[in-house]
Amino acid sequence: MIRQKFITPALLTTGLALGAGTAMAEDLVVSNWDGYMAPDAIDAFNQETGHDAELVLHATNEEIMGKLIASKGKGYDVVFVSSPFAEVLHNLGLAEELDHSRLPNLDNLYDAATQLEHDTGNQFSVPYAWGTTGLCYRSDLTDAPQSWMALLQPSDELAGKTTMLATDRWLLAAGQLAKGYSVNETDPEKMAEVRDLLIEAKDTLLAYDDTTFYAKLVSGEAEMVHAWDGWCNYGIAENSDIKYVIPEEGSDLWVDTMVILKASENKDAAYDFVNYILGAETHRWAAENILYKVPNKAAMDGLDPSLIETFPNMGLSPDEMMQYEQLRDVGEAQRAYSRTVSEIKAAD
Amino acid sequence: MNDRKPLYLMSPALMWLSAFMVVPCVLILALAFFRRGLYGGIEYTLTLENLALVVDPLYASIFLKSAWIAGLSALIAVVIGYAAAYAISAMPRKHQPKLLFLAVLPFWSNYLVRTYAWIVLLNREGLITALARWFGFEGELPKMLYTEPAVVVGLVYNYLPFVILACYAPLSRLNPEIEEASRDLGGSGWTTFRRVTLPMTVPGIATGFVFVFVLSIGNFVTPALLGGGQFQMIGNLIYAQFLTANDWPFGAALSMVLIAIMMMLLTAQTFAAERGSGGRTEES
Repeated sequence: MIRQKFITPALLTTGLALGAGTAMAEDLVVSNWDGYMAPDAIDAFNQETGHDAELVLHATNEEIMGKLIASKGKGYDVVFVSSPFAEVLHNLGLAEELDHSRLPNLDNLYDAATQLEHDTGNQFSVPYAWGTTGLCYRSDLTDAPQSWMALLQPSDELAGKTTMLATDRWLLAAGQLAKGYSVNETDPEKMAEVRDLLIEAKDTLLAYDDTTFYAKLVSGEAEMVHAWDGWCNYGIAENSDIKYVIPEEGSDLWVDTMVILKASENKDAAYDFVNYILGAETHRWAAENILYKVPNKAAMDGLDPSLIETFPNMGLSPDEMMQYEQLRDVGEAQRAYSRTVSEIKAAD
Repeated sequence: MNDRKPLYLMSPALMWLSAFMVVPCVLILALAFFRRGLYGGIEYTLTLENLALVVDPLYASIFLKSAWIAGLSALIAVVIGYAAAYAISAMPRKHQPKLLFLAVLPFWSNYLVRTYAWIVLLNREGLITALARWFGFEGELPKMLYTEPAVVVGLVYNYLPFVILACYAPLSRLNPEIEEASRDLGGSGWTTFRRVTLPMTVPGIATGFVFVFVLSIGNFVTPALLGGGQFQMIGNLIYAQFLTANDWPFGAALSMVLIAIMMMLLTAQTFAAERGSGGRTEES
């Protein structure tokens, strides 16, 4: 998932930064998306624990995965990645098997968050934030959508005023959900149907957009966008006519996690960091800053109720979210997924 | 005794180029002959499958599409740029440096800023729409941003100064007496341009065209920003292989083919330039 708010630095730096950005002197290197933690989180952690942590940024899951695979996990201690990528780190033997006795704050998590499909019992990953993917729209300009088809086959009035996420898994998920298929579907015939549906939808789009879609909603350039719930909140914060809805066919359940690297030379500090983030106060502070739900019961119970009033999707309960299917690592099929996305984007 | 001096003088540049350009390029290109691991990374078993995949109809069509967009951009840039260069070279000598300065002025700002400026202009709630509304236009303008023409406009705009400079050089060096001779011999203005001026400035045109083509075909920023991600050019495909699909070997194979195309064009252009300048010395 991409969390960076502006594409400019992403385009400029990702090309140059391969292999750079890992620090030597610090005793703990944490990699996260830009703006995905409270701005003071690292300083507060350093002050409270006496560690010397440094934050480095990645723009996408794929970027940090490329670095970790190339370096065999060296140079980083804790990374934030979406759950399918945590699975890959585990399968590659790069993720630390977690010693729960060093993470007492795990008790703060919702039960559901300890039973996630990708990692039952939090053996190698700790959920940091979770949520849904749906439609974010201007209620003053267009009708409330019911179905994914409102996005994929928009009315004449709406055509040309919608955007879709361009990242492989979420782009495909919109078509998979609309067709009633699993978000991890790999059957070639079903995927061909999904591809055709998404090619048809492409004609009606304003653009593919992972990074500035909420700004397009605010300006009125777009009227309905395919969005992660937390990011729709950034639009709602600027214009209260913006609303978020999960279409009737459902959503995926995405989970962003923290993973400690097996190659970390500072495991004590790494465990301390993960445990610190899981604290009721710190995790609540994170949720209030990034406007994403966190899977931490103690934190969510302490959330300022006015936030849920302003941003209704902050109030989605774990039970509501758990009815949706989680994105999983699809292994070999990932290459077919990439190809399908190329076919969609290359289609006229 | 002094034979070696040029070599000494050149060695820092050569070392710089080989250490930071040639060696990394060779390393990347070598990846094209290995397999991608299940989760990205590289399996060191030799294979030609990545190069075979480049000619797969899907990817070959992306190459063709990129060549089309780059070719169209280069053509438009040459037509506009040549006219501008011709006009500048026809101005009094003392004004020419100022005009050339104005032509390259956009280079003083960042490529991304210049590209974003087009987003501000072209978007559905942008300046052009606002201007049309101000003039009393009430309907909806056709979609301008995130289209193929928007990508072409962005490329032409960004690379036009290269063409102006490339065409200005031979135009300004043109001996005016040759054109006068053509007219004295009864050639009309158009005939003189077509049969005398144009042929003698072909090297500049070729340089400008190849520059824009080569810079455009590998471009990934403009299609991403002005095409709204709806146009996959070869640069975007390579970007995706390295940074999202984590398929470095295939990305390397695509890069290898792209670099081969660029080298062929640059070589052809060098020959054209040599022939052109050779021709001029004979004539003058």
